[in-house]
Amino acid sequence: MNFFENIRVAFRGLKSNKLRSALTMLGIIIGVGAVIVMVAIGQGAKASVTNQIQGLGSNLIMVSPGRSNTGGVRGGAGSMSNISMDDVSAIQTNADAVQAVAPVANTQAQVVLGSQNTATQIIGTTPSYAQVRNQPVAMGRFISDKDLKDNAKVAVVGTTVVQDLMGSANANIVGQIIKINRVPFQVIGVLQSKGSSGANNNDDQIIVPLTTAQTRLIGNKSVRTVYVEAKSSDQMNTAYVEIEQILRHRHKLTSSAADDFSITSQTDILSTAEGVTQSLTLLLSGIAAISLLVGGIGIMNIMLVSVTERTREIGIRKAIGAKRRTIMFQFLIEAVVLSALGGLLGILFGFGGSSLLNRFAGMTSQMSASSVVMAFIFSAAIGIIFGVFPAQKASKLDPIEALRYE
Amino acid sequence: MIKLTNIVKIYKTGDIELRALDGVDLSVDKGEFVAIMGPSGSGKSTAMNILGCLDKASAGEYFLDDLKISEASDNQLAEIRNRKIGFVFQSFNLLPRTSALENVELPMLYSGVGARERKEKALKALSAVGLADRVHHKPNELSGGQQQRVAIARSLVNNPLIIMADEPTGNLDSKSSTEIMSIFQQLNEMGISVILVTHEPDIAKFSKRIVHFKDGLIDSDEIVRNRSIAQGARLNLELTNRVEAAGR
Repeated sequence: MNFFENIRVAFRGLKSNKLRSALTMLGIIIGVGAVIVMVAIGQGAKASVTNQIQGLGSNLIMVSPGRSNTGGVRGGAGSMSNISMDDVSAIQTNADAVQAVAPVANTQAQVVLGSQNTATQIIGTTPSYAQVRNQPVAMGRFISDKDLKDNAKVAVVGTTVVQDLMGSANANIVGQIIKINRVPFQVIGVLQSKGSSGANNNDDQIIVPLTTAQTRLIGNKSVRTVYVEAKSSDQMNTAYVEIEQILRHRHKLTSSAADDFSITSQTDILSTAEGVTQSLTLLLSGIAAISLLVGGIGIMNIMLVSVTERTREIGIRKAIGAKRRTIMFQFLIEAVVLSALGGLLGILFGFGGSSLLNRFAGMTSQMSASSVVMAFIFSAAIGIIFGVFPAQKASKLDPIEALRYE
Repeated sequence: MIKLTNIVKIYKTGDIELRALDGVDLSVDKGEFVAIMGPSGSGKSTAMNILGCLDKASAGEYFLDDLKISEASDNQLAEIRNRKIGFVFQSFNLLPRTSALENVELPMLYSGVGARERKEKALKALSAVGLADRVHHKPNELSGGQQQRVAIARSLVNNPLIIMADEPTGNLDSKSSTEIMSIFQQLNEMGISVILVTHEPDIAKFSKRIVHFKDGLIDSDEIVRNRSIAQGARLNLELTNRVEAAGR
């Protein structure tokens, strides 16, 4: 009896009990569907988090001052102001693996245009910020070296600020004079919208020259953060070490002293975030895999019932000349057909489920080919694993007793 | 063709030993028509199971067509049942929810006959037993006599040397019984040996030889003198079957 005839016989067996077969398959359908949807959600979360982190800029390293410690009272990270502009230029000139450096001094300020006002984040920085933070302008121009040298009162605004001050994000604000903490600034450009990353709205900010911010808005020469772009992703570590050495040397730290600044690289953030989404994916697919396992046990259960119910049929087949192997294959193939068919339908369900999530729940789920293939192979394997025992039971039946079975 | 020598069959349930067969010697030649009779518990069913290669004897030798059945493996027994023996049971034992045609095709499925040839032979066998117009009926749509004829067609398709019939008329009325016995007699005339287990003397009269079992032993073994000849429809079995049987 060849393979195809075996499959035909298996289909006939399943067809003769359609409802039961469908319900048994449902376990596998739900299991496989769940695995696929859950993995898709995990992948989607990972992709969007990665995307947001990449959006910060590429090959980014952030340097910030250490915690202050005045008379035993510890301040928060960045509460010290021990990174000077000289440190920044030292990093710029001495670190070989560094492409560009953008120091930032920021503050919160009230912004007024005519009768409208808003409170937003003011970022004082240098022209390289546009490159380092991957922040191009949509309209007008970014701040220039000349603006920096001249202490020019010019500002590049985010789209949320435009929305707040003009009533529409698309209104032309370039050329208008806005007042930041009562200091008039001319708007020279609008930042391209980047959307928010977490609680941080990248569009709700105003960029002004660092020098202007320090003298007019903040009142001291401190630098809050230095954004550094490494030359390539391979040189991230080199850049990290170089920056650390330069700062330690300039801050005259002894070899036993701890850093009085902190350096965070984008890869750190990325790997942390990836770790989180990875465990999320594992958790979700673990739960889904359990439901697949339960589906497999359902198959075994039904196959055992089926073997008992069809004892007489097995007896007839054996009397007529079916060998043990043939009977074994018949029932094994039935189990595999059940689980593989369930797997296929589950994949369809997974497709449907994740596109529904994308459309209606606003989630970004990503189907991956590997999860589809894995789920299918896994479900077929479950058919074999849970089908072997009932099939063996069937094949070992004694023909005489099986024929006598009522 | 069949030779049983000192066959013993012991069933053990716990500590109790039941000697169902206690040293049976029997030989059946090609073309014989033997009825096995005896009260229940006499060992006739056990003998039938052993003759039909469904069960193995505890001791003794069994040769079928020069093959030593008493030493065959399970797989070899399955093959022998498939190719040399045709079974007909009291309760018909057709696969439920399966058409007459597919039921008859079943033995050929296990002997590896191709789909087209299978269908052709099954149709021939079904028309031989007068069921050409019932091939697509399922067992529950057929009368008892018709179901038994499907079972006979099934037992014939692999050109068996011997047909083992276990109370084939037990579930049938007398008219259908006569029809079935007529088919057996005609098959026997074509050269197929028939071994029949029955407890009805009237049915046994259709055979040529009656073997009586009692307490696991053969009690009597005699030729039927005034044999009944069953009047039934002529069996329309084509010669090809016999030619193939002879050419084996």
